[in-house]
Amino acid sequence: MPSNNLLELASAVSSGAVRVVDLTFTLSPDFPVIVLPPEFGQAAPVRIQEISRYDGRGPAWYWNNVSFGEHTGTHFDAPIHWFTGKDLPNNSVDTMPAKDMIAPACVIDCSAGAAQDPDFLLTVPLVEAWEAKNGRIPERNWVLLRTDWSKKGWRDYANLRDDGAHTPGPNAAVMKWLVEERGIIGFGTETIGTDAGQAGHFEPPYPAHHFLHGAGRYGLQCLCNLDQLPATGAVIVASPLKIQNGSGSPLRVIALVSAN
Amino acid sequence: MLQRCEACGAFAYPAREACPACLSGSLAFVDAPRRGALLAETTARVPSDVYFRERAPWRIGLVKLDCGPTMVAHLHADCVEGAPVVMSFQLDKSGQAVAFARPEGETPNMADDRQWREMTADPKFRRVLVTNGRSLIGQEAVAALKAAGAKTVFVGVAEPWRPFAGEQWLRGQQGVEVVTLDASDEKSVTDLAADIGGKVDILVNTTEYVRAGGVLDRRGTSVARDEIDQAYLGFINLAQAFGPAMRMRGADGVNSSAAWVNILSVHALANWPAFGAYSASQAACLSLSHCLRAELRPGGVKVLNLFTGPVDNEWFQTVPPPKVAPRAVAQAVVSGLRGGLEEMYVGDVAEEIRQRLAANPKALERELDK
Repeated sequence: MPSNNLLELASAVSSGAVRVVDLTFTLSPDFPVIVLPPEFGQAAPVRIQEISRYDGRGPAWYWNNVSFGEHTGTHFDAPIHWFTGKDLPNNSVDTMPAKDMIAPACVIDCSAGAAQDPDFLLTVPLVEAWEAKNGRIPERNWVLLRTDWSKKGWRDYANLRDDGAHTPGPNAAVMKWLVEERGIIGFGTETIGTDAGQAGHFEPPYPAHHFLHGAGRYGLQCLCNLDQLPATGAVIVASPLKIQNGSGSPLRVIALVSAN
Repeated sequence: MLQRCEACGAFAYPAREACPACLSGSLAFVDAPRRGALLAETTARVPSDVYFRERAPWRIGLVKLDCGPTMVAHLHADCVEGAPVVMSFQLDKSGQAVAFARPEGETPNMADDRQWREMTADPKFRRVLVTNGRSLIGQEAVAALKAAGAKTVFVGVAEPWRPFAGEQWLRGQQGVEVVTLDASDEKSVTDLAADIGGKVDILVNTTEYVRAGGVLDRRGTSVARDEIDQAYLGFINLAQAFGPAMRMRGADGVNSSAAWVNILSVHALANWPAFGAYSASQAACLSLSHCLRAELRPGGVKVLNLFTGPVDNEWFQTVPPPKVAPRAVAQAVVSGLRGGLEEMYVGDVAEEIRQRLAANPKALERELDK
């Protein structure tokens, strides 16, 4: 792309001809985190502790110490997160290619299905039906699963029951297919995790993690505002914190969308 | 407890160097019989002491103890001259032990006596915050405090998006208000204190974070950090958010703040290697509680530490009996507050460790290493 086109992009952003949609939840202590059985190690919740606030601890300045697990809030999963991706080169957030942080997205609207059934699953036929309308998913695109889950209250959002979480996600076959047949760069969801709430019982367990990371692809979760994106044509900017050997990180995810 | 001569058996009060009856120097403190008779009563209408000046009229009296000595005591309103009384030492608002005389038998609404309530932290009529309603102890504490006549019980629930056992029961109770509270989160604690900090008379810290293991068999510090975050830093967050207002309200008429309760593992006193890192987090809390007690004392707010052995819950599943029932812990909270105590040991394990520690700390350390 000649450099003048890049400047055109900047002015289009500035004029509003290209809309910037924030796909990120506020990183706060109240936001639900993934809950594992208590005998396993747990993600540390988000904590924000004041260092000073224009007071005796620092008269002119306000700042905080923050701490959180790598997989809290709206966050990015790198291939090293899963055992299937543990031996790949450049598989952590600090070594992944920076160019992978910008890519187009295909948004598959499953909000109607998810409203009917919290255990709604994305399947190959559903994606094929989407392709019949919107065209074949190009290589190195994000596939974002819109469920409108991000609009729920937090209890319904986490939707924990005695047998675990009940939230929508992809089934095993569609993840294998998206990675191997469509060459997607990553898969993004509105829920806590790229996988469905009950995906521990799938074959293989947690297929989104299994197939994405095994092939060096990425995950995005706890996204919001997917309803403001077109089915195709949005460009996602997702650059995780450069944590040494990090398996993921909270991040600001934005989408560039042509206004017309 | 009073001095008793080991030679002639006579009781002595006030404390002396030698027995007033036989001049023996062996005077040991022992539990004395508590019965006596009220010789005379006085009502101080304009006391010189500034504390009592605010609380006048105040009744005091001379009690002749059945075991011999005569004492000046604070009087329950139902004590009558010439009638038998039961004596006890109570901690007054400044933390001093003082003698208190109550009628021998039960009288109507005996616990509601104004002077008695000054010496205790009875939950009756008071507003209580139970910090963690997710645990069995938290839920039993809510039930016990309500049964003891608490006006309102606020009960904290962290991460309200996570359902938990007993939630429906908790949300259905009259006079119980479920509030969002994650003690380990500074903002959550500060937010709640902004709402209810001015009306918490008693705070019962039921934070519970138990994980097995010591140092060598764990990898890394994540679990130890969680233990410290939940128990120790959670305690600091609660103290910083609620403590100052409680201290200010220690003399707020009949709606005054009264007490802070910690439920601690008795292994705060002596490390139990099977739960070694947990023991250490409890020891930190114990030390901090002494600091808090000193800081709350100027406001007349008591700190009650309740020591328990392993509790009968799933985190102590692998530990053989005896274990303490959560309900027993909750009942001890109420009785400790009613008695105005600073320390209580609940269950056999806690009591045994208290005694063993006093008798031979090194032997106890070896015994716990099993």
